[in-house]
Amino acid sequence: MATVELRFSALPEHVRTARLVAAAVARRAGVDESVLDEVRLAVGEACSRAVGLHRRHQLDEPVRVKLIEQEKRFVIEIGDGVGGKHAADQYHPVDGAAAVDDAAEAAMGLAVISGLVDDLEIGSDEDGGLIRMSWPVAVHPVLP
Amino acid sequence: MDLSLSTRTVGDRTVVEVGGEIDVYTAPKLREQLVELVNEGHYHLIVDMEGVDFLDSTGLGVLVGGLKRVRAHEGSLRLVCNQERILKIFRITGLTKVFPIHGSVDEAVAATD
Repeated sequence: MATVELRFSALPEHVRTARLVAAAVARRAGVDESVLDEVRLAVGEACSRAVGLHRRHQLDEPVRVKLIEQEKRFVIEIGDGVGGKHAADQYHPVDGAAAVDDAAEAAMGLAVISGLVDDLEIGSDEDGGLIRMSWPVAVHPVLP
Repeated sequence: MDLSLSTRTVGDRTVVEVGGEIDVYTAPKLREQLVELVNEGHYHLIVDMEGVDFLDSTGLGVLVGGLKRVRAHEGSLRLVCNQERILKIFRITGLTKVFPIHGSVDEAVAATD
């Protein structure tokens, strides 16, 4: 199981909580201090994207965040409930212009993640879409 | 931490001082502020980001939207930022080519296109 697992309602106000938790767990796992800003930003982007997807598809399911300590890497997975499960034709935007803005913001979010994270996989699992990112950890992690 | 916004006028420029975190939750407040300023006829904006602790792509989107609005009135939107972690986000998205970024409000006020 994940070291720390988080599920939150797809609301923008909870994205900050996810960022803070991810950065705290990453720090404790031994992720270098200089990279923590990147972790915070990448998690924020991935969670914002997931929140946007859930809202556009009117899903009540929570956004899933898994923080996994491995021997040499710190892995973060952010799962949405959309992925391949909901076909594009089920998408009913309320207003065309807003949909274009949303799509542009989602694309910008992915651009930021791609620019920040060297080890990045964008795929899906049985629950929906999944963004998997990882960072190296120091040999001697910070003790509690 | 929430977003703080304050505006002041310096010559023909309007300075928007932003503090705190600009993310998916708080960015709509910044968007409202920029839209309101443009609607009131303030077309030369300087967004002072020295007090910003966090900026994500939603925030970038709002700034690009603001730029689009002032440009429609032949205006300008300049940024003030010295923080490396914020500048990095502008660099990786290529937006350093889109926004004039200055080291101080004085420099931004003095700048001309």
